Amino acid sequence: MSEPIISVRGLKTQFGTHVVHEHLDLDIRRGETVGVIGPSGCGKSVLLSQIVGLLKPAAGEITVFGQTLSQLSRAEREALERRWAVMFQDGALFSNLTVRENVLVTLKEHTDLPQKLQIELADMKIRMSGLGGNAANKRPSELSGGMRKRAALARALALDPELLFLDEPTAGLDPITAGRFDGLVRELSTSLGLTVFLVTHDLDTLKATCDRIAVLGDKRVKFFGPLAEIARIDDPWIEEYFGGPRGRAVVET
Amino acid sequence: MSLFSLYERDGRTVFRVEGDWTIDTIGSMDSALRKIEQTEQPFLLDVEDLQALDTAGAFIIDRTLRQSCKYGDPKLELIGDHPQIHALMALARQSSAACDVEPLASQSIIDLLARIGGGTLHLLDEGRKTLSFIGETIVTSVRLLLQPHKLRWTPIVAVMEEAGLDALPIVAFLSFFVGMVIAFIGATILQQTVGSTVFTVELVGWAMLREFGVVLTGIILAGRTNSSFTAQIGSMKMRQEVDAMRTIGLDPIEVLVVPRVLAMLVMTPFLTFAATLAGLFGGLVISWVALDISPILFINRLREFVPIQNFWVGISKAPVFALIVAIIACRQGLRVKGDVQSLGRATTASVVHALFLIIVADALFAMMYMELGI
Repeated sequence: MSEPIISVRGLKTQFGTHVVHEHLDLDIRRGETVGVIGPSGCGKSVLLSQIVGLLKPAAGEITVFGQTLSQLSRAEREALERRWAVMFQDGALFSNLTVRENVLVTLKEHTDLPQKLQIELADMKIRMSGLGGNAANKRPSELSGGMRKRAALARALALDPELLFLDEPTAGLDPITAGRFDGLVRELSTSLGLTVFLVTHDLDTLKATCDRIAVLGDKRVKFFGPLAEIARIDDPWIEEYFGGPRGRAVVET
Repeated sequence: MSLFSLYERDGRTVFRVEGDWTIDTIGSMDSALRKIEQTEQPFLLDVEDLQALDTAGAFIIDRTLRQSCKYGDPKLELIGDHPQIHALMALARQSSAACDVEPLASQSIIDLLARIGGGTLHLLDEGRKTLSFIGETIVTSVRLLLQPHKLRWTPIVAVMEEAGLDALPIVAFLSFFVGMVIAFIGATILQQTVGSTVFTVELVGWAMLREFGVVLTGIILAGRTNSSFTAQIGSMKMRQEVDAMRTIGLDPIEVLVVPRVLAMLVMTPFLTFAATLAGLFGGLVISWVALDISPILFINRLREFVPIQNFWVGISKAPVFALIVAIIACRQGLRVKGDVQSLGRATTASVVHALFLIIVADALFAMMYMELGI
């Protein structure tokens, strides 16, 4: 087995006196899609922010692509950031730019491609994430919630990242769009060898896209393994999560 | 390193790609690839020495294949194989159509006229909407004042503190300095022209009481309060909080606008009063230190030669300025739409419009009081 692409060791997160994570360990292998679930407020999004370096952990070490985040110089960090992309919960698109310009921001910043090719590539990413061609010139405030998510995905995919972080990518999408989204993530992860770190509440997404599932709770990772094995775990929250009518449908089929 | 070449094989043209074709490497080949000419038959694609490939690389290869073929979308015919090529080329082909291009603004004279017309209509519409907003605010205020138990006292008092009391130090401080400046300038000019500096007292008194106290207050409020009100209401509008209010049955005018208007109506006269006192004090200090006019003489002369009606003239403008500040701030805040830029625009417009109207209103007041002989 190759060395893990993300490795979290002894992570501790604290806000004031409130401890979110303690002694949290997590290893994600190259090319796999990992779904992170857990009750509200258990620190799923916080964990994501820490791995991408937006938040500094109180203790512990995070290694991405074999490089320890806390020991990197500025240039090394920038090189690292170029290799991953984040899609935030509500898109976090730049609201004063059109969708195409949003995608072009990363292309312009990190590549020296001719402008015409940049625009062609941006348009391809917009199409690829399932947006119609007339959305490219719209501003985020003119788009619906689902379209904003897809535009955010287009921006995240702009540089063909090796590692993709998705924070609740299908929340608030209709089942058809959510299904397409899952299909796209799956397709990209197989054809590009993309590693995906996915925070979600969507059971269908878990089933459709994830190779392994990490359940956060009690300040650590309670369970980490394939969906098929999760039913064997004896934990009240997991039982309730997958034991409800929605959960059962996913685990059993 | 990425390379491409064309060669003939069995009468077909083969498009050979070598090395890495990723977003970092394809830039240098873009223009050369665009120049490849069309042929009757689609190219074969030789991928035997292709290394890394990503969607950008697949896109540019697919584009070349499509452009080189006269007849529709060519099928992918490979020499050699690559693990990702089928999936990526399919993905690239699927999403290859360009998105709509924004029409460029035309530069014709008709366009210019249309823009002028549009701008004028917009201006008229804005004026009408502002008037209707003022009307709505006044009607709601009066209705609430007749039923005082319905007024929202907590936000009113909160705004009074935030926009009134907290502004007191800066208002007093600036007025103090303006009072000093007037005294200095007055003393210099009076010394040269009249030969006596004692008239500085009248100058400071008239200027501060009639004009500077209230205008300075208005200007500071326009900068300080307008921006904060507009940003507060605007960000609420952006996050749909205002819509949420409406659906709960809360009237945004009643909840957001009226408390701010009433609070400003109450506080601006007090601020004006404080500004006037601070300005007079500034004049007094300069007269005492630089002109040897003792504070007692200053105050006596003030009482004797500066009629009290000047004070009333000044303070009578305060409520009007308060209305200008509060109503423009709230109106601009409610105009904010979903994007960040509109918030910035509304905040700027709020401050600029308020400053403009305060100065214009002050000029109108000056003319009116002059005609009235007060």
